[in-house]
Formats: sequence, structure tokens, C-alpha cells
Amino acid sequence: MSAVAAVRPALRDPAAARRLGWAITALVLLWPLGRLADFHPATLLAPSNLQVLGTFLAGYLPPSMAPDFLRELATATLTTLAIATAGIALAFVIAVPLAIAATRSLSVAAIGPADGRWRGRLLRQAVRTVTVLLRSVPEIVWALLFVRASGLGPAAGVLALAITYGGMLAKVYSEILESADVRPARALLQAGSGRLAALCFGLLPLAADELVSYTVYRWECAVRAAVVMGFVGAGGLGQLMDQAIKGFVPAEASSISLVFFALVLLADAISLVLRKVLA
Amino acid sequence: MTAARSHRAAGLACLAAIALAVVASFHYLAVDFGSLFEAGARGRMARFVVEFFPPDLSPAFLRQVGIAALQTLAVSLLGTAIPVVFGGLLALPAAGRLGRAPQWPARLALNALRSVPELVWAALMVLAAGLGPFAGTLALALHTTGVLGRLFAESLENASPAPEAALRDLGAGRVARFAYGTLPLIAPQCLGYTLYRWEMNIRMATILGFVGGGGLGQMLYFHLSLFQQGQAATVLLAMALLVLSDDALSGWARRSLSAQPH
Repeated sequence: MSAVAAVRPALRDPAAARRLGWAITALVLLWPLGRLADFHPATLLAPSNLQVLGTFLAGYLPPSMAPDFLRELATATLTTLAIATAGIALAFVIAVPLAIAATRSLSVAAIGPADGRWRGRLLRQAVRTVTVLLRSVPEIVWALLFVRASGLGPAAGVLALAITYGGMLAKVYSEILESADVRPARALLQAGSGRLAALCFGLLPLAADELVSYTVYRWECAVRAAVVMGFVGAGGLGQLMDQAIKGFVPAEASSISLVFFALVLLADAISLVLRKVLA
Repeated sequence: MTAARSHRAAGLACLAAIALAVVASFHYLAVDFGSLFEAGARGRMARFVVEFFPPDLSPAFLRQVGIAALQTLAVSLLGTAIPVVFGGLLALPAAGRLGRAPQWPARLALNALRSVPELVWAALMVLAAGLGPFAGTLALALHTTGVLGRLFAESLENASPAPEAALRDLGAGRVARFAYGTLPLIAPQCLGYTLYRWEMNIRMATILGFVGGGGLGQMLYFHLSLFQQGQAATVLLAMALLVLSDDALSGWARRSLSAQPH
């Protein structure tokens, strides 16, 4: 830019002053944030910290291959997958009725003059509020609470996923259903069919692809979430990782990272197959 | 016809496999949902819940929660702003802008950064930087650099080459070509990705404290560990408030952005 400006001053960026202004404003705003977040890059270079991290990273290779540990790792991997799958299954069970109740396209009152209109609207609003409340607390917070409440372990992870993902699935399902063409469902309702029939034959054929691929995508997210929830004691890979880091066993942390990487790739591959076959 | 039939058979097989996986999962975890609801467990749960009331709403504590919430916001903002710079810098080679040789190392770096979850980065960064929000910021920044770098690289690859070609024909240099030919094309999309990521990072920043990343999460963990449920309840309320307003704000932003005629 500067080269161009030097050769031909007429080509100078006309917006330069404004852009510079914005950049300076952004920096001025970021400064107090940095103070608030204790942003001190120099601490990274403090010899004691460098030494700790250096020792940890040096121990990363080779990854631990001790048979006992590998067995533990396999169990944890299965636990993580099982938590994700069971959690999504429960979330699905929670989400489907909520989503159907919240979908405006299935409103009988909306197809003509009816006295139940405000009742339906109230019900939909109430259901939407429930889904918002379910989503408002991140799954790992539920997991922490359940672990603290009853020492559940993996079951805490399943319940936590079911609650948060139930709310998310319900919200997105009803959004997908509402974005589909309402006319087939309307026609069915006007012809006197029930809401479930209108859903199955009017809306689902239009929205099925999107619903399936979103559900599969959520399962992928659930696998990641199941790993992370282990950090608060919900079992699986995360718990193992937490122990490895806190107990300062880098070789084990390294093996766990590898498994985790493989798991994410596997979930990716499975979801690709599922989407292709089911959608 | 046979193609449709085999597609349907594959679909059914898939559904059966899914059902089997679900049953196997519940069986493997041996979750005894019956025992969750038996009298003893119910009583324990009820007592646990009751202890959260009333939340501690004393002004002094509310101030602390407010500061922690601000800290969470600061962590999320810095954890998004830093990756815009470094993700952008890595996106250039990853999109093949600097030739073929640096392309795959850049991609590998982005994938590696992205594949490690924020919480794992946080646990590692606590080793490197000690407990506190700085570790949380670094963790968010590392993961988000991977995510944004990849998204930016994709935008770069998909941008039309025509404006740059036109500038090149006019004799503009490499930097000017990029800054005035391609950057304006991809800027709105990159801004959209950044805002979306910030929204996710606000959620993430609230929980990074569980492993020592500062903010509301660290406070919640601390008070739960001391069995101070009243204080924990206040922190939980603050978290829910933050997440809900984040949700509402981003929904509003998305609607007003998509309403703009392009």
C-alpha cells in the first residue's frame, strides 16, 4: 500500500483516516479488557513456567503404551461414546414433543377463525420458554452439579447432555419445521386430519433431510462435550486427561490426545455416512 | 427402482444400528435410572437443591460476581480478537496464497489447534501461565485461532479472483491487490464468522474456570467445593443471564444483518 502511495499520492486510501480511527478505538477498548483478564504475556516466558511446560511437553513423546493404561484408555473411550449416544437419545426423547408443541405450522387455530388462538399461542410461548431454560445452562455446569449432588459419574454426563441438548434440539427442530412450506400441512389440517398426521405427511417429508443432518451434527458435538464433561468428574476420556495433567503424566496425556483426535475423525466419518444414507 | 430399494434398505440398516448403539450405550454405562428416583436418592437430591436457596444477594458478593462476569466477557473478547489476527495470518498460507510449500504445514497447524477442545487447552495453559483468566484467554485464543483460520482460509479460497486480476493488470502490487481486491470481498463473511465465534466463546469462557481459567466458572467451582451453595446459586444465575442475553443479542444481530439488502 505504502509503495503505491509513494509513487502516486492520488491513489492514497480515501478511508485511511477512518480505518486508523477504528483501529485505535479498538485498541483503546481492548486495553482495559486485557487488564481485567490479567493479560500478561510475559508470564509465559517466566523461567519457572517455561520449565514446567517444557518438562510436560518433553514427556509427550513417546505416548504411553503401557498395557494397563491402554486398557483403561479403551474403557474410557467406550464410556465417552456411550455417554454421547445415550445423552443424545434422551435429548431426542425430550426434544420431539417440545418441538411439535412449539411449531406454529401445526396450529389448528391458525387455519381459520377459532377461539383457541390465544391458548395455542400461550402454549407455544410456554414451551419455548422451557426450551430456553433448558439451554440456558451449559451441559458441563449441569454435569458438575449432578456429580456434586450424587457422585453419579457417567450418568451425570448423560443427564446433563439430555437437558441441554434436549433444549437445543427442540429449538432447532421447531425452527426447521417452521421454515418448511406450510401449505401441505395446512391442507391436511383443513381437510380435517390430526396434527400428528399433518406433521408426518405434511411437514416431515419436506424437512426430514435437515432434521437428520442436524441431529447427526449434534451427536458429533455430544462426543466432544462428553470428553469435556469428564473434566468435572463425569467419567470417560476427559477424566483420564484431567488426571494425567494434574498428576503430571505427559505420556498418558499424549496417548489420550491421540485417541481424542481419532475419535473426532471417527465421529466425522460416521456422521458423513449417516447423513448420506439417512438423508 | 432397485437403487431406491437399496437406499431404503441401507436406511433401515442404519436405523437398526443406531437403535442397537443406543441400547448398548445405556447397557454399557449401566445407568440405574430407577435408583436415581428411589426415596434415599430423591431426598439427597432435594436437600442439595434446597441448599441453593436463597441465593447470596448481598451487595458485596454481587460486586464480586459482577467483576467475575466482566472478566468472563473480557476473556471471551480477547480470546476472539487475538485469533482474528493470528487466524488471519495463518489463513493466508493455508489458502495457498504464499505458494504450495507452506500450505500444508499451515493447514496442519490450524487443524491441530482446532482439534484440541478449549477445556483441554485451558488445563494445559494453567501449567504454562498459572491459574487465572490469562490461562483461559490463551486457551480460547488457541482453539479459536484454529477455527477462524480455517474459516478465513475457506473464504479466501472461495473469493472471486477477478478483482485481483483486474488490479494486477493495472499494475498494483501484491499487498495492494490483496487489500483492495480480495479483502473487501471476504470482510463481511469473516466478520460474521468472528461474531458467531465470539458468541460461542462467551459460553465457553463461563466454564473455562472449572479447570482454572478464571471468571464465573472458577467462582462456581470454588464455592461448590466449599459447599457454599447460596453463593454458587448467585453465580449460576449470573451465568444463565450471560448466556441468555448472549443468545438474544446474537439472534437479534443475525436477524438485523440478514434483513439488510445485499
